[in-house]
Amino acid sequence: MDDAARAGASPLASIDAVERGLGGAGYIANRQISTAVYLSHHLQKPILVEGPAGVGKTELAKSVAAWLKLPLIRMQCYEGLDESKALYEWKYGKQLLYTQILKDKINSVIGEADTLAAALDKLHAFGDVFFSHQFLEPRPLLRSLQEPGGAVLLIDEIDKSDQEFEAFLLEILSDYQVTIPEIGTVAAMVPPIVLLTSNSTRDLGDALKRRCLHLHIGFPDEKLEAKIIASRVPGIDARLLRQLVSFVQQLRGLDLKKVPSVSETIDWAKVMLLLHTSVLDVDLVRETLNVLLKFEADIEAAGKQLAGITQKARQVV
Amino acid sequence: MADVPASEPLRRFLQVARGAGLLVSAAEGIDAARAVDLVGFDDRTALKDTLGLVLAKTLDEKTRYDEVFELYFKRGEFDGKADDPAVEPAGAPGPTVSDGMGGQSLGSLLAGGDRAALATAMEQAAQEAGIENIRFFTQKNLYARRIMERMGLRALERDIEAMRQSGAPENLGRAKFLSGKIESLRDAVRDFVERSLLLFARGETEKFREDLLKTTRLSNIERRDLDRMRVLVRQMAKKLAARYAKTRRRRLRGQLDARRTLRRNMGWGGIPFITVWKQRRIEKPRVMVLCDVSGSVAAMSQFLLMFMYALNEALADIRSFAFAGSLMEISEILEKHPIEPAIAQIMSTIGFGSSNYGNAFADFEDGWMQHVTNKTTVIILGDARGNRSDPRTDVVGRISLRAKRIIWLNPEYRSAWGTGDSDMYRYAPFCGLVTVCNTLRHLERAIEDMLEDAL
Repeated sequence: MDDAARAGASPLASIDAVERGLGGAGYIANRQISTAVYLSHHLQKPILVEGPAGVGKTELAKSVAAWLKLPLIRMQCYEGLDESKALYEWKYGKQLLYTQILKDKINSVIGEADTLAAALDKLHAFGDVFFSHQFLEPRPLLRSLQEPGGAVLLIDEIDKSDQEFEAFLLEILSDYQVTIPEIGTVAAMVPPIVLLTSNSTRDLGDALKRRCLHLHIGFPDEKLEAKIIASRVPGIDARLLRQLVSFVQQLRGLDLKKVPSVSETIDWAKVMLLLHTSVLDVDLVRETLNVLLKFEADIEAAGKQLAGITQKARQVV
Repeated sequence: MADVPASEPLRRFLQVARGAGLLVSAAEGIDAARAVDLVGFDDRTALKDTLGLVLAKTLDEKTRYDEVFELYFKRGEFDGKADDPAVEPAGAPGPTVSDGMGGQSLGSLLAGGDRAALATAMEQAAQEAGIENIRFFTQKNLYARRIMERMGLRALERDIEAMRQSGAPENLGRAKFLSGKIESLRDAVRDFVERSLLLFARGETEKFREDLLKTTRLSNIERRDLDRMRVLVRQMAKKLAARYAKTRRRRLRGQLDARRTLRRNMGWGGIPFITVWKQRRIEKPRVMVLCDVSGSVAAMSQFLLMFMYALNEALADIRSFAFAGSLMEISEILEKHPIEPAIAQIMSTIGFGSSNYGNAFADFEDGWMQHVTNKTTVIILGDARGNRSDPRTDVVGRISLRAKRIIWLNPEYRSAWGTGDSDMYRYAPFCGLVTVCNTLRHLERAIEDMLEDAL
C-alpha cells in the first residue's frame, strides 16, 4: 500500500507531471489526455477512451502501465464474452478430482455416524470446500483487483461486448469490487487504473458513460503527429519525417473509406527507414501506399491525386 | 473570481450545460465539483479539459460543450470600450471591488476602469435580476434595463444630473466622462444579455419542440417540422434497432444441461469433465408490415414508412407492403433507395387512392401467404375504412392462424372505430393487439412492444 501510495502520489502530482511521465514512456500525450489520466487517478474513476482505430487508445494504457511500473491486465472484449471469462471461473476439473478423493476418504470424515442425519451433519461441518478460493480461477477483472500493488486494467473494445456485459461491469467500475455469489464481495486492495476503449461501433449505455471520464482521442495535428513519429521511429530523417506527416495529413482530407491513422503513419515511417529513403517521391509512395490504405478502392481513389499530394508534401521543409 | 465560492459558478454552468442539451446527472455534477476542486479555476485550458472529460460523453456533446464553455466563461471578461486612461480625470476614486451596488460605487467602478470588478458587479446584478429565466429574445431589453438598475444606474444618473446643475467646470467634465462610460456599459450589458439568452434559452426551446413533436398527432405536423421529425424518427428507430438487432444464444449460467453434458463426456465414461450449460436462443423478430397509404392516412403512413426505413437498416427480416386499392411489396424500394425518393416513389406508385382492405388482403394471401410462418408478426397500419367494400375478414382469419400474431395500429381514436365505413371491430377479433397509434410516442411504444415480444 505504501509503495503504491508513493508510486501514485509523486508521478501523478500534476497534469504536467503526467504529461512528462507519459512522454518518458514513449507516449506523446496532448493536454487533454494527460488531464484525463491525472483526474482518473485522483477521482478514482475509469477513463472511457473513444476515437477512430489506430490513434493510440490501447497504447495509452500500455504506456501508463509502463510509466507507473504497474502490471497491465488486458481484457479483450468480443461478442459473447461473459463473466466466466472476464471475472472468474470455478476450476471444475479440480473440483471433480476432489470428489474422487472425497469418495475414498468419505468414511474417515463421516466416521462412525450411524444415521443418515448424523452423517450429513458431519459433512456440513466439513465446510463448503468446493466453493472456496482454492477452486477459483481468477480472470482479468478479478486479477486486477487482487494485484497487491495496484494495476492498470485495460478493457479493450468494450463496444464489441454485449449490453449485458456492460451492465455487469458497472459494479467494478464504480466501486472497484465484484460480488461472487458463493464467496461474497471482493474489494480491490489498491484500486486499479481502469481504461476502457471503444471504437463506437455501437452506442454505449448511459450508465456506463456516467461512471467514466470520457476522453475522445482524434487524429493529432501535424506538429503532434511529427512528435509521435519521432518518438516511435527514432532513426528517421527529420525532413522526411515532416514530409510524410504532411502527406498523411493531406490524405486524411480525402474522401476515403478508412483514413490512415497514427499507427499506419508509424508503420509507413518504419518502411521508409527500412528502404533508406530521404525524400518522398511519387513512385515510392505508390509502391508503399498499401501500408497506409487498407482498401483497394481507397488506393485507387488516392492514386489519382498522389502526384499532387506528394508535391505539396515535398515543399514542407 | 476568488471571492466567489467555487461551487456557485459551477452550479450555474451545469445548468447552462443542461440547457444546451448535455445530459448531466446529479452524480456527474458531483464529479465535476470534485474535479474542479482538484484543478481549480485558474488555468482555463485545464478547467475546460477537465469539465469536458467529466460532462460531455459523446462527440456530439463535446462540440456542444466547447461552444457552451466558450460562451459561458467569456462572460467573465468585461469588454469595456473606449477605455482610455488618459481621459480619466485626476482624483477619481479608486475602484472598489466589493458589493458596490450604490450609485456612488457604480460611478467609481466606471471611473476606475477595473474591468474585472465591473464584470463581477454585472454578474451579481444579472443574478439578482434572474437572468437564468430569460427565454425569449423579446425579453432582452427588459433584462438589460433590470441589470442596469440593479447596478445602481438611477442613483448615478441623479448624481450626474446634480454635477451638471452645479455648473463647476470640473464637475461638468466628470459628468460627461461618466455619461460616456454609461453608454459603453449599456452596450456591454446588452451584449451580456444576448449571450445569456443564447446560453439559457436555446436548449430549452429545442427540447420543448422535440417533446412537442413526439406527442403531436402525426397528421398535424407541419411541413417545416419534417426535417426535425426525420431526425427524431431515425433516432428512435436506431435506439430500438440497437436494442434488438442482436440474435444470440444466451448462456443460462448455473443451469446444467444434464443431457448434453452426459453426451459430451461419454468418452470419459460419463465422468463430467466438461460441463455444458443450458442456452436460450434469441431470435430476430420476423416482421411483415402492411401499410395503408390511401388518402385518408397518408400523412401518418409517411412516418411509418420512415420508421420502417430506419428499422430496415438494422433488422434484416422485415418485409414491407403498401396498399390502397391493391397491395404491393415495397421492401426492395426501401432497401435500394435513400429515404426520400423511396417514400416518394411508393406514394406515387400506389398512394393516395381510396383504400380497399378486402382487395389488399386478398392480394396478400395470393402472393405472400406462404411466407407467413408461426414466427412472423404481421403489423397492419390503417384506419380499417374500406369504403364499404367486402372486408374479407376470412383472409385476416387465415393470416392470424398462420402468423405468430397480428398487430393493428389505427391512427383513429377509439371512439371513431366502428362508425361509418370503419371495419375495425370486424378485424379486431383476429388481432393480438389493436391499438391507437397517431403520435411518434405511440409508434415507438407499439414497435417496442412488438420487438420485446419477439424475444
